[in-house]
Amino acid sequence: MQSDSRWLAPQKWHKILVHFCLIALSLPAVLPLLWMVSTSLKPDREIYATGGGGSAPTLASLLPQAIKWSNYAEALATVPLGDYLRNTIFLCIVSIIGAISSSSLVAYGFSKLTFWGRDVLFVVMLGTMALPGQVTMIPVFTLFKNLGWYGTYLPLIVPAFFASPFLVFLLTQFFRTLPTEMLEAGRVDGATEWRIFIQLVIPLSKPALATCTLFVFLGTWNEFFGPLLYINDPTKYTLAYGLQQFLSNYGGAWSYLMAAATLFTLPILVLFFFAQKTFIQGISTTGGK
Amino acid sequence: MSRQKRQQNLIGYLFISPWLIGFSVFTAWPFLQSLWLSFTRYDIISEPKWVGFANYHALFTQDPQFWQSLQVTFTYAAVAVPLGILCGFGLALLLNIRIKGQEIYRTLFYIPSIVPAVATSVIFVWIMNPQIGLLNGLLKTVGIIGPNWLNDPTWSLTSLVLISLWGVGGSMVIYLAGLKDVPLSLYEASLVDGASAWHRLKAITWPFMTPVIFFNLIMGVIGSFQYFTNAFIMTNGGPQDSTLFYSLYLFNRAFRYLDMGYASAMAWILFVIVVGATSILFMTQKKWVQYGNN
Repeated sequence: MQSDSRWLAPQKWHKILVHFCLIALSLPAVLPLLWMVSTSLKPDREIYATGGGGSAPTLASLLPQAIKWSNYAEALATVPLGDYLRNTIFLCIVSIIGAISSSSLVAYGFSKLTFWGRDVLFVVMLGTMALPGQVTMIPVFTLFKNLGWYGTYLPLIVPAFFASPFLVFLLTQFFRTLPTEMLEAGRVDGATEWRIFIQLVIPLSKPALATCTLFVFLGTWNEFFGPLLYINDPTKYTLAYGLQQFLSNYGGAWSYLMAAATLFTLPILVLFFFAQKTFIQGISTTGGK
Repeated sequence: MSRQKRQQNLIGYLFISPWLIGFSVFTAWPFLQSLWLSFTRYDIISEPKWVGFANYHALFTQDPQFWQSLQVTFTYAAVAVPLGILCGFGLALLLNIRIKGQEIYRTLFYIPSIVPAVATSVIFVWIMNPQIGLLNGLLKTVGIIGPNWLNDPTWSLTSLVLISLWGVGGSMVIYLAGLKDVPLSLYEASLVDGASAWHRLKAITWPFMTPVIFFNLIMGVIGSFQYFTNAFIMTNGGPQDSTLFYSLYLFNRAFRYLDMGYASAMAWILFVIVVGATSILFMTQKKWVQYGNN
């Protein structure tokens, strides 16, 4: 018997077939993004020249013939994307601080402390992850409105400080892998749980906390529903909400819209190339088992 | 209770207090409140007024848009979820084969799934533009006159299903992680026995993957009932309510018409449907999902 499985190392003609399939399938995966960038750099006359109405697109029309960088400047002049970016980054930073600090505290409680009703509460917490947001949406909206928070960022950031079940789950999984003897040693030395948490557990959990930070960042960057519900002042728009507003106000300005979409998507792609492992690990730990 | 026990309880509850408070204020209380609101007429400005089952009665007997939104959502769930599983799993199988450039292919398929939903929506409104969009342009090169996609009631829902497949790389990664756990020794043994590729897929790979597929199925069905952003941006329910997803209709009822009591009744019906669908899926799992054989 070969140690290397033949099933996973196929024959040559078989390999060519697989390459052929994969290349054919990756075209629809890649083309939309290429088309986005290419449109963002095209002058209007090129945009209107191809497509179902004009002449059919050729390989050449995939790339802009005359690169028009000024589309980006013009898009920024049409819609204050810079302000939206600042707002989005602000929300990301505050949400990260709130969600990570609160979720790690809660995760430590659930994974390393014993107290009455712990396991039941943990199951309740997991259960809330499956609860559709629509069920609580209206009373929560009313609550924030009655507090006078409508039109401010408070409804978007305050909930972050009360722990996210998803992050708590991720972190408990990680904290459970930390050896209990180490914590016991700290306890015998008379350290308080707070000190053990801050000085032992947190420094050891940097990879898990990095994953959580990435998730909160992505969630906040992409968040559309919250701003849609609570933000009415255009100076407070986030990138996600601003881009949707851009589309509904300037529907035909494709080069500007694609420039804005590129600016909105690019940071995520760059982040992905720097933190590829974290992305994939995060997804497979949450999705797997 | 000893002093030490009490101390331990106190410290434990202090640590989980952020979640406990957040859960009470933002989940548990609103959950009960929305049940109560579903029996009222409420427009946010004046006090809620008790109307008994009137909202539920109106929904089931006098609201064709409610039935339309259910039909749209169930159709989407029944088509997009299995199709997404099939494509994600199929891709994972292809990308599990050891070939050159495996990592590059995986990255290419994965990237669309991390593109923000709003960006995806804007990109596809452009690509599916009937006159000058890329899709109809490409179809024209092979001699097909493409439909109006998002603007045509017979194609709009299909368009949204196709767009959902663009993000299938996200679940592909989950399947790939699952495939890594299938013991190679089983494949080796089956090669010795001379089993066909199809047989290996059926007898070895599939049983090992059923828990992951089950997970994706549950998440997909729950996700269909919360499908909102893409439809809101690309079609806003139209044309002719052909993409009026349940969450979209609920949102319109609540925040466009300020019909909060009615929308709360819809939210509770949604809750019952999601719980029901999940329970049914969990009941079927004994028949086909195999746990613990690794």
